[in-house]
Amino acid sequence: MTEGTKKPFSVREIRNEFPALRQLVYGKNLIYFDNGATSQKPQVVLDAINRYYSKDNANIHRGVHFMSQKATTEFEEARIIIQKYLNARTREEVIFTKGTTDGINLVANSFGELLSAGDEIIITAMEHHSNIVPWQMLCQRKNLTLRVAPINKKGELIIEEFDKLLNSKTKLVAVTHISNTLGTINPVKELAQKAHAVGAKILVDGAQSIQHMPIDVIDMDCDFFVFSGHKVFGPTGIGVLYGKETLLDRMPPYQGGGDMISKVTFERTTYNELPFKFEAGTPHIAGGICLGEAIKFLSGLDIVAIQKHEKELADYAQDLLDTFEDMTIIGEAKKKTSVVSFSMEGVHPFDIGTLLDKQGIAVRTGHHCTQPLMDFFGIPGTVRASFAFYNTREEVDTFIAAVEKSINMLR
Amino acid sequence: MTIEQKQQEIIEDFDIYDDWMNKYEYIIELGKDLPMIDPTKKTEDRLIPGCQSRVWLDAEVVDGKMQFTADSDAIITKGIIGLLIRVLNNESPADVATADLHFINDIGLQEHLSPTRANGLLSMVNKLKMAALKWSMENKD
Ligand SMILES: Cc1ncc(COP(=O)(O)O)c(C=O)c1O
Repeated sequence: MTEGTKKPFSVREIRNEFPALRQLVYGKNLIYFDNGATSQKPQVVLDAINRYYSKDNANIHRGVHFMSQKATTEFEEARIIIQKYLNARTREEVIFTKGTTDGINLVANSFGELLSAGDEIIITAMEHHSNIVPWQMLCQRKNLTLRVAPINKKGELIIEEFDKLLNSKTKLVAVTHISNTLGTINPVKELAQKAHAVGAKILVDGAQSIQHMPIDVIDMDCDFFVFSGHKVFGPTGIGVLYGKETLLDRMPPYQGGGDMISKVTFERTTYNELPFKFEAGTPHIAGGICLGEAIKFLSGLDIVAIQKHEKELADYAQDLLDTFEDMTIIGEAKKKTSVVSFSMEGVHPFDIGTLLDKQGIAVRTGHHCTQPLMDFFGIPGTVRASFAFYNTREEVDTFIAAVEKSINMLR
Repeated sequence: MTIEQKQQEIIEDFDIYDDWMNKYEYIIELGKDLPMIDPTKKTEDRLIPGCQSRVWLDAEVVDGKMQFTADSDAIITKGIIGLLIRVLNNESPADVATADLHFINDIGLQEHLSPTRANGLLSMVNKLKMAALKWSMENKD
């Protein structure tokens, strides 16, 4: 879609599309600042879920009947919507998964089979547990070495240190596009070039980026890109693994079952072609179709205006929080977006989170599934406000007043 | 006073708070007033792992009555510990082991004792009850 066909971005209008935002919690207007954990769903997605189960519900890729064919068509159309949104070359490159975690595990198990003892994998110090543990498991299984690229105190990857870890034994770099805890935007395009220069592949964890910025897998030149539907205004239980076709072709199947086979005999089974080779069993059909709907919704929006709005919210919140005494902002990367994490001397994040909740404000507290990162900063956890395009400046004002009230109560 | 009477007393105390923030204000004050556990007792074996906040528990039986102190790095958790101490301390291990702590629900704090909350409180109560049970089994005459 060209810019011209997109409606100008209006927070007021867009909020109307999200019924979950219009509710009272503990008698207060809900302020939803936990978008890093999951996003709310627009009416078009809710309608699609309802429509699918009311009318189109049938198993796909195997029925001769009307409903099965309709469901199959819609599911495959969703794949194409997603392919176009990511700018992937072919629909074969778009594999439906359960989510980011599932996509990473697929790559760790399947691409991992192509690796051999002594090979090296590089991750960064700011990864989510789901981009740490599958690699640890793989390294143990296949006797590989896991290397962790360090970050500085601002929460930025130290590129010179990353460079030092790269060598001819490096086979994969697995890095988050945006840190869920810090908001840091990693220079994934540059990292892809560096990885490729030593013959390594790169996996980009897009769990926190797809909902905040345009994604172009060709321009980024990543080998794998994974994300979760539920963080990008779609349903839970569905996600996507993008992989370069030549690479996916070389990789063995991950799980066996129906749909992923071409011919089964007890002596020998041949596998289906892409993308089905990696989609064993009945997929989350409703999820795939509705994720397509969510991506269609997103592509109808002016993503540049959205990016600007979200960055303004985060900067505004951070500037106000910074004025509090004994406040430490965790994550001050030059390139950052949509997330403000903080920690306060003498006040436990859990206490602040509990009091904010009772004032109608949903934030996340704790380690955000990034325990090594918390260890690096020497804190038990943070309070994290994470924004989406439907959040407003007024909500930030209310949030700041509520943080102030909570801190006064706790000290 | 029995465990039940003490629970009723707390429920009545909380009745006057019509607003969540006032309720928490009271709990926070309780937390601030709670004597800290002796720092030498803040050891690994007394630490109850919780995902969010950590709790240390030190329980013993003195003259046939349960005596426990506990501490947490989160003040709200500590305040709720204060309530639990009020209800369960100085009671017989057998009564502690079988106590139905319904007051937590009645005053609307059940979320803090839910298994998904991971703040260590539920594990603390379980551990305390186990200690009480063990003691009452071993000292049956
Ligand atoms: C950066 C990052 N990676 C991976 C994940 C895991 O996503 P999911 O739990 O949807 O698989 C998350 C979600 O919290 C995340 O923020």
